[in-house]
Amino acid sequence: MSATAKKAAAGAANVPFAFRAYTPDQLRGVLHKMHLIRKFEEGAEDSYTRGLIHGTMHLSIGQEASALGICAPLKADDQITSTHRGHGHCIAKGAQVDRMFAEFFGKTTGYCKGRGGSMHIADVSAGNLGANGIVAGGIPIAVGAALSAKMQKNGKVVVCFFGDGANNEGAFHESLNMAAIWKLPVVFVCENNGYGMSTSTARSTAVERIADRAAAYAMPGVTVNGNDFSAVAEASTTAVERARRGEGPSLIETKTYRHRGHSKSDRNRYRTKEEIEEWKAMRDPINLFEAELQQFGVIDEAGIAAVRAAVEAEIAAGIEFAKTSPAPAAAEGLNFVYTELQ
Amino acid sequence: MDAKVRELSYSQAVQEAMAIALESDPRVFLMGEDIGVYGGAFQVTGDLVERFGPERVIDMPISELGGAGVAVGAAVTGMRPIFEFQFSDFATLAMEQIVNQAAKMRFMLGGEVSVPLVMRFPAGSGTGAAAQHSQSLEAWLAHVPGLKVIQPATPHDAKGMLLAALEDPDPVMIFEHKLLYKMKGAVPEGHYTVPIGKADIARPGKDATIVATSIMVHKALEAAAALAGEGIDLEVIDLRTIRPIDRETVIESVKKTSRLLCVYEAVKTLGIGAEISAMIAESEAFDYLDAPIVRLGGADSPIPYNPDLEKAAVPQVPDIIASARALVQGRR
Amino acid sequence: MATEVILPKVDMDMATGRISRWLVAEGATVKQGDPLFEMETDKAAMEVEAPAGGVLGGIAAKEGVDVPVGQPVAFIYAEGEKPTVAPQAAAPAVLAAKVEAPPAQTAATPAAAPTASSVPGALRATPLARRLAREAGVNLAAIAGSGPHGRIVSADIEKAKAAPKPAAAPVAAAPSDADTLKLFAPGSYSEVPHDNMRRTIARRLQESKQHVPHFYVSADCRLDALLKLRADLNAAAPVKDGAPAFKLSINDLVIKAWALALRDVPAANVSWTEAAMLSHAHADIGVAVSVPGGLITPIIRAAENKSLSAISAEMKDLAARAKARKLKPEEYNGGTSAISNLGMFGVKEFAAIVNPPHATILAVGAGQERALSENGKLFSAQAMTVTLSTDHRAVDGALGAEVLAAFKNYIEMPLAMLI
Repeated sequence: MSATAKKAAAGAANVPFAFRAYTPDQLRGVLHKMHLIRKFEEGAEDSYTRGLIHGTMHLSIGQEASALGICAPLKADDQITSTHRGHGHCIAKGAQVDRMFAEFFGKTTGYCKGRGGSMHIADVSAGNLGANGIVAGGIPIAVGAALSAKMQKNGKVVVCFFGDGANNEGAFHESLNMAAIWKLPVVFVCENNGYGMSTSTARSTAVERIADRAAAYAMPGVTVNGNDFSAVAEASTTAVERARRGEGPSLIETKTYRHRGHSKSDRNRYRTKEEIEEWKAMRDPINLFEAELQQFGVIDEAGIAAVRAAVEAEIAAGIEFAKTSPAPAAAEGLNFVYTELQ
Repeated sequence: MDAKVRELSYSQAVQEAMAIALESDPRVFLMGEDIGVYGGAFQVTGDLVERFGPERVIDMPISELGGAGVAVGAAVTGMRPIFEFQFSDFATLAMEQIVNQAAKMRFMLGGEVSVPLVMRFPAGSGTGAAAQHSQSLEAWLAHVPGLKVIQPATPHDAKGMLLAALEDPDPVMIFEHKLLYKMKGAVPEGHYTVPIGKADIARPGKDATIVATSIMVHKALEAAAALAGEGIDLEVIDLRTIRPIDRETVIESVKKTSRLLCVYEAVKTLGIGAEISAMIAESEAFDYLDAPIVRLGGADSPIPYNPDLEKAAVPQVPDIIASARALVQGRR
Repeated sequence: MATEVILPKVDMDMATGRISRWLVAEGATVKQGDPLFEMETDKAAMEVEAPAGGVLGGIAAKEGVDVPVGQPVAFIYAEGEKPTVAPQAAAPAVLAAKVEAPPAQTAATPAAAPTASSVPGALRATPLARRLAREAGVNLAAIAGSGPHGRIVSADIEKAKAAPKPAAAPVAAAPSDADTLKLFAPGSYSEVPHDNMRRTIARRLQESKQHVPHFYVSADCRLDALLKLRADLNAAAPVKDGAPAFKLSINDLVIKAWALALRDVPAANVSWTEAAMLSHAHADIGVAVSVPGGLITPIIRAAENKSLSAISAEMKDLAARAKARKLKPEEYNGGTSAISNLGMFGVKEFAAIVNPPHATILAVGAGQERALSENGKLFSAQAMTVTLSTDHRAVDGALGAEVLAAFKNYIEMPLAMLI
């Protein structure tokens, strides 16, 4: 290889993965979805504070790049399991925000017909097997779905989202072990936002890098900047391709941060305002991605404004759809407990 | 069509059902601890691994929680797993997946998925295995909407109900009493089903109704035979399913006999007998009762190791005879 | 345009919150993110931040007042902007409208009155027995239960249905309450609800008259010797704590005499059951005691073995507690015979109703001075008339006469009682 060619290759290597792997249209689509997740959650939060949504919700504002980066290499019929902080995963895997809002409003047009709400948001048709109210509850289920894929030889890959809190649950360890011994097509994604409710990973977890735990189960483990879409997408692509080749599972740790509290009743007593402000100002995944897109000439200010406007309209329409949708009748309370009652 | 009927043991009947399912439905697979070459702790899976291979008769690590979740995940993605707990007691380790996931997933997702999961639980006392390997926990699971819970009492039902469970779109929990595994009975060849949710009148009678589950059906029948010599004519209902309960059969029987005795091995307090009693009290059968309802159940203690204490901790035939006699003679 | 500041929902199941403290005064300039007020929930206090920068105005929620979630509590105006948005009505008014008035409790609509069919008191019957009785028109109150604790079971109803009707001739049905009421002008009477004792008396005596074939024998008894003995014994009573240890009544002597008569003629000390005659080892004598609203029959057990002073003391105690309705069931249930004494009311003679399981009851009239003749000579003496009612199924006429003669003997030669 000539020196020039080497230099060119090195230059190409400096271009972030996403800008090599995806077309400008695809990248603008990613930005659209990032804003969609952010605005969806802000809209849900606003509706919640107005008493239009009851219960509670766990917002992933600040973690959008992780959801989108992980889902970037997935095909439509690949599957995910999600967590109680799963709005972003749901949108990233292809759900529509109007039916998500309808679910949060408890309406029959919601993805779960008003039975699940925020904590159980799902979109089975798009491959999202559901958020889960139990920490680590979805991990063995993802392994089971991967076992199905292997037995059915249908080529599907399953992505299993969970948080840093889940990595200390027994289900996490049992599941990673089984996935490894059976070489299942599953990608474990630990979205490490630093806190399991109020308890920091430093206080809860013996290893500094959760990805190191992969070694115990003989699978690759990588830690990436979860607020860098391209870095996450690259790690995900590597793991998904390995899974699809039948080489078994991987563990990805995406280091990120939630701008909001654990749930709506969080008083943020376990972290400082300065820490939150620092993440918001310096490491907001949307700001980072917009800057990168502009740097590589994929979009300009006007283009970004257009994306924002389109998202605002989509969110407003979604909330309106939810508000005007019918609520389930009390007489239908036993529906879906068993299949024949449908 | 009359299928040929042979004598099989309960465990052979369960194994035959699983073999038929593995043969006829590629979605079916087995998973559990030591169910492969070992043949299962109670030799129920036997040589199935040799016939169907380790990909479909999966020896899993000792990971009840994770394993149960894997079965749930496989069930919602198109498979028909049959999950074996080595002892029903170990289900305590997997309660999260059974109760929070398997039972609720369809509901939480607004009917977008079904969970066609079959779980088998070797249960009950009488083997000297003491407190952590002898429990009868079926009522725990029967308390959870979304699950179906069955207790086949005969080899015939063990096969037919397992095959029915595999056709059911919802999670079915099968409690098999360990002492029944060696019991022999008539089992037709080939595929047949015994419906879930339908009780069996194991012995018709007119003086009192005994509603029994699992091994207690046989003890109740023995008691009924003994009391027939005294001119006491007992009806014995094999409940077969504890969720959903066959209300109609029990209510009609009590209307006929006016007396009810519930017999079950699980701890008496807050058990299936309480449910049956309350169901009768709330039903039209109440106005047919000619005596208070009586329950015979397990002691309010863990199952003891000492064999005499172990026997005393669950209802035995003489207990049933004494209770039924007092009930019919108007001494209760 | 003004930005509204709402009272945010921050908890599950939170419908209202209250501002514990405003941290910024009306008209003050705030930056986005500045804490505006502290709010309280069930769990804790938390600060709510300004949603925008500008001038705080239109504060509509006072400290310490509950405000529904989502309601604007203030606005933030841009510098120089005029308040154009009218503050909402005071929060408490909004809340008050949401509070539903509790349903008025009016005394005019009492809870459903007990239905006429409700079975009084502690009547025990199985659900099946109750249903069968209802269907067959059998009065449960008229049936003795054969189950545990006297519970009426279906077999008792079947027996009651199969029992021969008390009269061969068609018996006029008892008049209904309505028929009875029709006979009296409204306002000319008051209705006193039956208590359990009244119902029990009615039930038991009706049952007895319907099912027990009564037979009566009477005798006159001279009392001179008895009265003398009583006076002598009372006069000789030892003094204890400044009072005589006992003061025997005629009735005490009658009880003892009747108990001894039953001991002497054991065939009369019996109870009838369908299966067998119960022959009693002791004479347990029930003594009818009139109490306000009815009567009750406490029992002197084994009276034949008790001294007169013991009988006297026991009777005083039982009578006092009977009038106070303080008797225990075991003190008035059972017994083998009974005495009803109306002598103190001047009644000359009467016949009492047998009270099963007793087979006999002795009705005692007043002791009076009567003109008598003996050996052709007329003279006056104290005497009383007693009538013995017997259950003819158990005690035939001659047997009744025999036990009554024995009684008469003890009354007229009372020293025999002391042997």
